[in-house]
Amino acid sequence: MELLERFAAGDLEAFEALFREHHKEVYAWIVRIVRDHGIAEDLTVETFWRIYRARDRFDPAGNFRAWARRIATNAALDHLRTARRETELPEDLASAGTADPAVRREARERIRKAFQELPPKYRLVATLALIEEEPYYNIAEAAGISIALVKVRVFRAVRMLRKKLNSLGVEVNAK
Amino acid sequence: MSNAENNKEMKELLGQAIAPAQDTELRRDLWPQVLRKLEEQPAPVVGIPWFDWALAAILSAVLVFFPGSIPALLYHL
Repeated sequence: MELLERFAAGDLEAFEALFREHHKEVYAWIVRIVRDHGIAEDLTVETFWRIYRARDRFDPAGNFRAWARRIATNAALDHLRTARRETELPEDLASAGTADPAVRREARERIRKAFQELPPKYRLVATLALIEEEPYYNIAEAAGISIALVKVRVFRAVRMLRKKLNSLGVEVNAK
Repeated sequence: MSNAENNKEMKELLGQAIAPAQDTELRRDLWPQVLRKLEEQPAPVVGIPWFDWALAAILSAVLVFFPGSIPALLYHL
């Protein structure tokens, strides 16, 4: 029996083999969304717990990697929904590599605040599309939505950000 | 300003405050935690939400008391 078939049948060893093969990639995907190592670890555990729980709904002929990524995205989105306003972007990830000395700290804080206040589903696509520069088709596959809807959400996220930034006094060109 | 230009401008602005995640490497073995979670929280028994039961009861009542609505229902199905 193939590995995926054994996993779908509930074989724990097969599940561990799949975990060993995919957990680093799942973690890397989640940390790009939630931008916190500790939370990403917890969500990776949560993702594989959900994966094992849903094993009987997995088609062994299907793509485990894509399926795992979608479950990871849902877990990350659930986190963004519940942790909204409770957590802030950690400084180490949020501003790492910020090289432009002309941008003042205060302006950066306002930009981060505006971004953090985006509704979770918009923050998810905006993080992946605008910050991580992930291709739209990858985002669509991971979020389980169409590419057209990804584009719509990015468009709306940009519009919301622009409005919010203007209200916070950050200079953004009017559309 | 086009969508692409809008996005580009916003990317540049966000890039000044929020950098792409650079360190995405996992340094711990999470398998023991996965096992512990599986032991602590076994799969819940999937139940049917009360709302579905209520909906089914209402539908049944309508069909019993107003049998004339059956053809209309079938038509809309």
